[in-house]
Amino acid sequence: MNNDYEYVPKNSFTRWLDTRLPILRFTNEHILQFPTPKNLNYFWTFGFILTFFLITQIITGVILAMHYAPNSLLAFDSIEHIMRDVNYGWLIRYAHSNGSSMFFLAVYIHMFRGLYYGSYKEPREVLWILGCIIYFLMIVTAFMGYVLPWGQMSYWAATVIINLVGTLPIIGDSLTQLLLGGFAVDNPTLNRFFSLHYLIPFIIFGLVFLHIWALHVPGNNNPTGVSIQGKQDTVAFHPYYTVKDFFAYIVFLLLFCYFIFYNPNALGHPDNYIEADPMLTPAHIVPEWYLLPFYAILRAVPDKLFGVLLMFGSIVVLFFLPWLDTMKVRSARYRPFYKMFFFIFVLDCLLLGYLGAQVPEGIYLLLSRVSTFYYFAFFILIMPALSRLEKPNPMPIGISNPAIDQNARLD
Amino acid sequence: MSDIPEDDKPSRRDFLYITTGTFGAVGAAAMVWPLVDQMNPDSSVKALSSIEVDISEVPEGGFLKVAWRGKPVYIRRRTAEEIIRAESEDKEDLPDPQNDADRVKKKEWLVVVGVCTHLGCIPIADRGDYDGWFCPCHGSHYDISGRIRKGPAPTNLEIPPYEFASDTVIKIG
Repeated sequence: MNNDYEYVPKNSFTRWLDTRLPILRFTNEHILQFPTPKNLNYFWTFGFILTFFLITQIITGVILAMHYAPNSLLAFDSIEHIMRDVNYGWLIRYAHSNGSSMFFLAVYIHMFRGLYYGSYKEPREVLWILGCIIYFLMIVTAFMGYVLPWGQMSYWAATVIINLVGTLPIIGDSLTQLLLGGFAVDNPTLNRFFSLHYLIPFIIFGLVFLHIWALHVPGNNNPTGVSIQGKQDTVAFHPYYTVKDFFAYIVFLLLFCYFIFYNPNALGHPDNYIEADPMLTPAHIVPEWYLLPFYAILRAVPDKLFGVLLMFGSIVVLFFLPWLDTMKVRSARYRPFYKMFFFIFVLDCLLLGYLGAQVPEGIYLLLSRVSTFYYFAFFILIMPALSRLEKPNPMPIGISNPAIDQNARLD
Repeated sequence: MSDIPEDDKPSRRDFLYITTGTFGAVGAAAMVWPLVDQMNPDSSVKALSSIEVDISEVPEGGFLKVAWRGKPVYIRRRTAEEIIRAESEDKEDLPDPQNDADRVKKKEWLVVVGVCTHLGCIPIADRGDYDGWFCPCHGSHYDISGRIRKGPAPTNLEIPPYEFASDTVIKIG
């Protein structure tokens, strides 16, 4: 990045500090003055929103841990204690449980945005991979958090998911016992889930810093996908994007508040208000909404091990995106065919989410198989094929120069 | 650094680097093992690994559901008709072929772990297309011998280690 925004300490204290811990210089260069493309749309506000939701989850989570008892005999009652006795306990718990849903909603928009505008492409591969790691850790954390209330859904979700590990040949059984700390989901499982559920968000917090670091080396992508060519293409992050991001954050908070205050259990499952019973499986086990597409993929396959491999494969494939889509043109704006397949992919993911909540029989099973096929085909067949065959539309020369460049593809 | 060929030979310093690194790696691995092994089932969990069940009250055609290692175990007293049916189906095309005789110690008593071999849900007794067990989670059907007949489960219901301590007591585990 061009460095026209040199930090100059204004008084003797900041001059003294600057030679010892240049934290103000760092803040100034990477937050306040950071040159950001001037044409970012509202889809670019979700990184900021996600950071705030991570902080919200950590704060509410730390508070909940002060009142929660991670013991299989006490856990369910301690959740009710939080809901009924603790001052504002209901608010903090509903904020935490709905906060996870908002977190995933925001991360899905963030990821689809990256997919649409080609934000994973050179030189942002590491940025994308860090994001994939964060997303995977979010899933792990959310799954463990879902177990803590020790309701029927908690218990049976844990049972089903840990049994997935048992499908692995040879090591499956001993690995399952290692994870469970016993022969079935029980107190040792609950305790370790609590411990890890508390730990991983801080790891995510660290990874977010690496994610931003990796972002600040090449700078932001933008809706045209054309690289920044000079000062005329950028504005300072503050106040231009702090204001825009805050506005988007507040609008997003309205949705969050709707769920907390008007419909706090809409995204949960009533069976989780029944205490865990190891002797009785609920008639219909479903994961939280944000994991339903993966559940649909798992159940689309008749073979158990293959189903598990496909489910994990659906996340693993994301890591390889920068090398599956080698088209130099980043933004789908100038790629009519990619754009079409992209929107089918979005619908496909929504369909998989719907199918994950249905009983896998008849037409639902057939649809699950078709949409699972498309999910993988989009990455493994369509992306590499389009990279070779698609002829992109004419593109602007630069962010500030809408004149169409007839020859250049990029750079 | 070097343009003299003799320098390419391993030096005393190389030896020290490699041995130090090796000792360090072995030491670290030895340190890690307790950190991993603490996650395995502990002594108090293992101590509960065997139970004795009184089966004198079970009527013909009825079953008991008991907890063993935190999992349900079905102890089913089969009728003569059910035994004949189970044995006659030995010849059918089974996903996980096994004779009924190999799944019981006394023909009258079938003892199986009530955990679906698909993803660990608990199958419901006396349900399903084969009048054995039916798993509500993903639709696996088991017959009266606990064998998988239809659905996603890959194997038959597991038989726990058990023995008849007397005519009316079964020791599981």
